[in-house]
Amino acid sequence: MDSGATIQKGLPLKSTKWKNFEGSLWQLKSARRFPSIRRITHKGTNMVKTHIKTLVFLAVMAMGCAAGRAQDEIIVGEFASLTGGNASFGQSSHKGTELAVEEINAAGGVLGKKIKLITEDDQSLAGQPATIMRKFISSDKVIAVLGEVASSKSLEAAPICQSNKIPMISPASTNPKVTEVGDYIFRVCFIDPFQGTVGAKFALGRGWKNVAVLTDVKQDYCKGLAEFFKQAFEKNGGKIVKEQSYSTGDKDFKAQITSIKAAKPDAIYVPGYYGEVALIARQAKQLGLKVPLLGGDGWVGDSLITVAGPAIEGSFFSNHYSEEDKSPVIQDFVKKYKAKYGSVPDAMAALGYDSANILADAIKRAGTTDGEKLRNAIAATKDYKAVTGTITLDEHRNATKPAVMMTVKDGKFSYVDTVSP
Amino acid sequence: MTEFLQQLINSLTLGSIYALIALGYTMIYGVLRFVNFAHGDVFMVGSFAGYYIAPYLVKGIAESGRHLPFVPPFAQNSYAGAIAVLLFAMLVCAILGMVTEKVAYRPLRSRPRLTMLITAIGVSIFLEYFGQFLFGADPKSFPSLMDMHSFDWMDTKFGLTVTNVDVTILGVTLALLFALRMIVMKTKIGMAMRALSVNPTACSLMGVNNDMVITFTFGLGSALAGAGGILYGTAYPSIDPLLGVNVGLKAFIAAVLGGIGNIPGAALGGFLIGLIETMVVGYWSSNYRDAIAFAVLILILLVKPTGLLGKSEREKV
Repeated sequence: MDSGATIQKGLPLKSTKWKNFEGSLWQLKSARRFPSIRRITHKGTNMVKTHIKTLVFLAVMAMGCAAGRAQDEIIVGEFASLTGGNASFGQSSHKGTELAVEEINAAGGVLGKKIKLITEDDQSLAGQPATIMRKFISSDKVIAVLGEVASSKSLEAAPICQSNKIPMISPASTNPKVTEVGDYIFRVCFIDPFQGTVGAKFALGRGWKNVAVLTDVKQDYCKGLAEFFKQAFEKNGGKIVKEQSYSTGDKDFKAQITSIKAAKPDAIYVPGYYGEVALIARQAKQLGLKVPLLGGDGWVGDSLITVAGPAIEGSFFSNHYSEEDKSPVIQDFVKKYKAKYGSVPDAMAALGYDSANILADAIKRAGTTDGEKLRNAIAATKDYKAVTGTITLDEHRNATKPAVMMTVKDGKFSYVDTVSP
Repeated sequence: MTEFLQQLINSLTLGSIYALIALGYTMIYGVLRFVNFAHGDVFMVGSFAGYYIAPYLVKGIAESGRHLPFVPPFAQNSYAGAIAVLLFAMLVCAILGMVTEKVAYRPLRSRPRLTMLITAIGVSIFLEYFGQFLFGADPKSFPSLMDMHSFDWMDTKFGLTVTNVDVTILGVTLALLFALRMIVMKTKIGMAMRALSVNPTACSLMGVNNDMVITFTFGLGSALAGAGGILYGTAYPSIDPLLGVNVGLKAFIAAVLGGIGNIPGAALGGFLIGLIETMVVGYWSSNYRDAIAFAVLILILLVKPTGLLGKSEREKV
């Protein structure tokens, strides 16, 4: 068959055009012939008018509401990946934040007002955080922003908060660049250089001299962690035997693992997010690679264990806190979280909880929600007894606190060691 | 050398799945001269059909002997369950393919082909986001249909790792390829499909019901995508509603590379794309994987515009 047009009905293209033309002629004629069509259009305009009336009414109502809300509530915006690839992070940090806000409000709120948390889902997609920030600032008029876990999302939101002088506290973005955006950007977690160093120290402590690195090149978090791990590991006498990479969303890692296997490492450093790490662990086992994997806090997610199953057993990662820690602050938080959500809080939940509490503490000390004064109060946070350790914000607006090393044992995360800065 | 052979084995799993999906693209193109861009999403629906039915089917079949006296013991193991899941997903996808053809494409068949192409993109986006609404956007863990174990003798003799999952995927793909070849070359409906691809007008003059043949082609192509979905879930047990975007695109390239409209070409293209991707990642860097795959496509099309196996008088189905 040569001509595409004659495939179906054997009609040349031209005749189809004519048919369409005739069709439109018929429509013109019928509009004149049947007045009922007109009547419908007339009714249409009426409906538009009614709609405009309703809209104006609604707009007035909304303005009234907004004005009323601003007086007795403090509005805080939270953005998180509630759906998509990083949904496990977003759900946890959101639950932690929500719990903290509820507690603060139950205790009478701050400055005699209740905190109202507005949560938006960025669907784990790049581009969404910027849209959400514009909505927060222009329509919700938030006084501060809490979020995100993933560094690349925080890096997208931070410049917008900075230029509007709205303080932003990230619960768990560990890439150094996040707070380098400006003096209104804070975090309540440690940063990648520290986490990478902890990983390197741990590997050397276990006697692993030859380590391969497998990084997600699409994530600032993963690249940062791999970079600092390599620096610290090589400086202290270790050897990186192979470097391989992948992109977020990949499912097949067999090519990378086969090439790593040929280099015969003692362990593989995989500072990725749980979704890909689970598949990497499975495929490594499938290809008969029996060395442990080593990673960072990006591993914390339910599907790590459900997808990887026994393949992830005996691997290690650095984390912000362990729910097995016996200190009363942690056990009290675990109890309250379990009572509300019926599950054990992971590190992201604990950090979400801390971020909201540090904000509330700063509002109290500032005595106002005014942008600049609030910023100064957050920056002055010192020795705050948080769930994830005692938090002091340094001059770069990063929290300095110890990390814990965890392992996977019998399908559960379990505590191994605490590493101080 | 061992590493190279291992990469070759790795590429077969990936290539099998690309090949199965590429077949659907190529068959539909063969009869309608139209690229069904929603095909990758039919593949995604296939893996979700398996995800939801597997717990019931695998368990139900394993226990069927207790309730039904006539089920022979050999049909009660997990392999029978896995085959049942595969057939179920193929059925779901076949129905989905036929319904989309009937609802979305058939009314537009007399219109310029661009209209149908845009509609296909619309159907694709609909399936992706309706899937997000229905299944949820977070990745799901695909249930394991068979216990994975590797063959020790391969390891001790050659230092290679081959698992039963790899072998099954390749085996199922080759079996389906063979079955498809038989349907197209040896059956009456296959003859009608070939006739339709040569000249639809003459075909209907000879008393062939063109609508029926086109519906059948959509059903058959989509069933292969469904099988691909189950194999994919077994090999990479993390599925989400946007799964079909990337895999579908790669399979489309595979179909074009092999010569779109040509069945052996689609299979060859699938295995070739799998091989190129694996080798680029294994010996170079994952950053260049897609760039190289597309560069190869452009090069081949420059030298041979009809694709690898495409001829000016090709066997079209």
